[in-house]
Amino acid sequence: MESFDFIEMKFPAKPEYVGVIRLSTSGIASRMGFTYEDIEDLKISISEAVTNVVNHAYEDKDNGEVTIGFGVYEDRLEVMVADHGGSFNLNEVKTKFGPYDSDESVENLREGGFGLFLINTLMDKVEINNNSGVIVLMTKYLENLGVEFYDDQVSTGQ
Amino acid sequence: MNLKIQIEDGNSKSIVRLSGEIDVYTAPKLKDALLPLTKRQGTILEVDLELVNYMDSTGLGVFVNALKLSKENRCNLILVNLQDTVLRLFQITGLHEIMDLNSTIRGVEE
Repeated sequence: MESFDFIEMKFPAKPEYVGVIRLSTSGIASRMGFTYEDIEDLKISISEAVTNVVNHAYEDKDNGEVTIGFGVYEDRLEVMVADHGGSFNLNEVKTKFGPYDSDESVENLREGGFGLFLINTLMDKVEINNNSGVIVLMTKYLENLGVEFYDDQVSTGQ
Repeated sequence: MNLKIQIEDGNSKSIVRLSGEIDVYTAPKLKDALLPLTKRQGTILEVDLELVNYMDSTGLGVFVNALKLSKENRCNLILVNLQDTVLRLFQITGLHEIMDLNSTIRGVEE
C-alpha cells in the first residue's frame, strides 16, 4: 500500500477557528512544496468546507465539532472535512451550485452557495459522502500542470 | 486573522478601507459596517481591498448583499485595489460581470 502521513485535527465548529485551520493547511501544504497559488486554492477550499460545517452547527445551535484529516502523499494532499453532527442539506447545497449567470437579475442574485462551486473549481478532485454526517474529501496534486491562473512572476515565498 | 475596517465618511462619497482577512468570522463585522452605508441615496461607496489578503465565499456574499442594497438605494458601490487572489474569486464566480471592480493599481485589467 502507498505510504503516507496522516494528520488529524479536531476543532469546535465555530467561526473563530476557521482562520486557525487555514494556517494549519497553509503550513502542511507549504512543507509539501505546493506553489503559492496552490496553497491559496487549498486555503479557500478547506475554509469553504469548514464554513459549511460551522454555519450548520450554528443553525442547530449545537456546538458541534469539525474534524480535519490531512493525508500527505508524495504526489498529492488529500483533505477530509467531516461534520459529526447532523448533516447539512446536500440537495439544497447542490441546487445553489454554480457560477453567477449574467442573465440573472441583480435582485435575484444569491448571497450564498458559491462555496461548493469554489471547492470544485479549485481542487483537482472532490467527493462528498452524506451517509452519517457530511464528509468532504478533496484532493490536490503537486505540480499540477493544468490550468494556471497566475503568471510566473508570482513569488513562491511563504 | 482579523479584519480592520476604517471608514472615511463624506457627504457624497464614503471610503471603507479594509485590511486583513474576510471569512465566516469577520464577515458579520464587515456586513454591519458596510450595509448602512449602502442606504445613502445618490452617494458613492468605495471599498478599498488593497490590504485584504484572504477572502472566500462569505466575503462574496457580503458584497452581493451590499450590491443589492446599493442598487435599491441608488448608491454607487465600487470595489478598488483588489489583490490577484481576491479578484480571481470574483472572476471564477462570474461576479466581476456585475460588480464595479477597479484593480488598476495591481495592473490587472477588468
